[in-house]
Amino acid sequence: MNQQQSNLYRFLVGLGDDAVVLSHRLSEWCSNGPYLEEDIALSNIALDYIGRARMFYQYAVEVEGKGRTEDDIAYLRTEREYTNLLIHELPINDFAFTMVRQFFVDVFYCEYLEKLSQSNDERIAAIAAKAVKESRYHLKRSEPWIRQLSEGTDESRRRIQAALVELENFVGELFIMSDWEKELVAEGVAVDREVLQSGWDKYVQAFLAQSEINFPDSQLQIRGGRDGIHTEHLGHMLSEMQYMQRAYPGLQW
Amino acid sequence: MQTVDDAEQQVEFDRKIAEEQKIEPTDWMPDDYRKNLVRQMSQHAHSEVIGMQPEGNWITRAPTLRRKAVLLAKVQDEAGHGLYLYSATETLGTSRSEMIEALQTRKAKYASIFNYPTLTWADVGAIGWLVDGAAIVNQISLQRTSYGPYSRAMIRICKEESFHQRQGYEIMYSLAKGSPEQKQMAQDAMNRFWWPSLMMFGPHDSDSAHSGRSMKWKIKRQSNDDLRQKFIDQTVPQIEVLGLEMPDPEIKWNEERGHYDSGEIDWEEFYQVINGSGPCNHQRLKHHINAHEKGEWVREAVRAYRVKQQEKSAENAA
Repeated sequence: MNQQQSNLYRFLVGLGDDAVVLSHRLSEWCSNGPYLEEDIALSNIALDYIGRARMFYQYAVEVEGKGRTEDDIAYLRTEREYTNLLIHELPINDFAFTMVRQFFVDVFYCEYLEKLSQSNDERIAAIAAKAVKESRYHLKRSEPWIRQLSEGTDESRRRIQAALVELENFVGELFIMSDWEKELVAEGVAVDREVLQSGWDKYVQAFLAQSEINFPDSQLQIRGGRDGIHTEHLGHMLSEMQYMQRAYPGLQW
Repeated sequence: MQTVDDAEQQVEFDRKIAEEQKIEPTDWMPDDYRKNLVRQMSQHAHSEVIGMQPEGNWITRAPTLRRKAVLLAKVQDEAGHGLYLYSATETLGTSRSEMIEALQTRKAKYASIFNYPTLTWADVGAIGWLVDGAAIVNQISLQRTSYGPYSRAMIRICKEESFHQRQGYEIMYSLAKGSPEQKQMAQDAMNRFWWPSLMMFGPHDSDSAHSGRSMKWKIKRQSNDDLRQKFIDQTVPQIEVLGLEMPDPEIKWNEERGHYDSGEIDWEEFYQVINGSGPCNHQRLKHHINAHEKGEWVREAVRAYRVKQQEKSAENAA
């Protein structure tokens, strides 16, 4: 791979990792939701994200050109080789936490993927165009949840606020660009995430303000995902997720 | 006590049943017909919901992204089936929360098969192939059940179940044609799920508590033993295609009967599991209760929010 291809590969794997990791977390709700309807809905969102991961990985391995598969990327890399942004890997915690995280990433993806669907890389543009429709739908679900839980009972409001505190440190990373990604922006392939930050802040603050909840500007606090520096949670997730491929190497399933 | 009106209604009801017309929610029906339906339909709904657990046990460990997506979609379908069936049962005047309460207090049952653990990935294949396979045999027959909403739910559910069975068989096929350890995994899973799958059809016709009336009312359309035989007959050739050893040494084609003969089910185990002492009975109910209790604050918040919204709109209207 030349430099350009290597940047592209890194970019695609990062987006695939974001999706595969969040999908895994969402799938943990299956049979554990507060309503049967939520088991179905959260599984549905998880499925959308698995679909995304597969599309990004499949493209990544083509760019790499070494004959690897999407599963090699998902199941045979270590924690340090995973490059998802950290917000996606945090444990599901309670329903409030899961929905606040979802709301945060939904707002982000609605903007980000919209822009990415203009990429001059047609394949990326097509994936983003499909995915942004899903995210718009996800946001239509996460917003009413945030509203209902913020204004429901004292307990639900307290849980929403606790989730906001826990998540605010992980939001800033959504908007941090590294040099190689900036090169892709210059080539018209990627999207500058930095410029999305103030719009995201405004949108989220205005939405929460309707329920009289204050949310500070997102600051860069905890980062490292794109460089393979994770929370302690990811290793456990991968141990579980990769168990079969690690225990029975090289088999077809 | 039956009044003259009731007697007339009974005649009308009997006529509909005899003429293969569907009974609909607003039609008059005998109390016992209603009770019997609530019992069977809610048990069916609970089975779909509890069945999410043994398969869900492998969602986070599925071996490939494709398998994971398919399994997650399948378990999601089961949740959807549970939802249709709860809704169909609600047309009989029993609420979902009453049904859940009955499940959690062990008044209502669910399919005993889900009280067995899923120990390996092959178990996911065996469940799709055998358990969904057995369920389809039963459900195809129930498409002709006399209660309209149940019949329509079955028609819809059968379409998805046949897809589930194919995915299960496809997993088994990949394993059976894979490495020696994969083949062993498939054999072991089939051996463990074979007998419980046969038990899914219930006791022998001669020992079945609810069968007689259910058949008379055309809630059930074929007997337990007939359906079980049908399942065995369709599954044995599939075992041959997989190239696995028969899970029951007594399985043998009987030319005279035109069916496969097979060994006797261990009925002691059957009743033990039904009566709550199977390997996972406690775990399954505990999981369901825990999830339900963990979600209580969410449901409470939703109720409180609705009340607040109603108060607001009442204020605005005033």
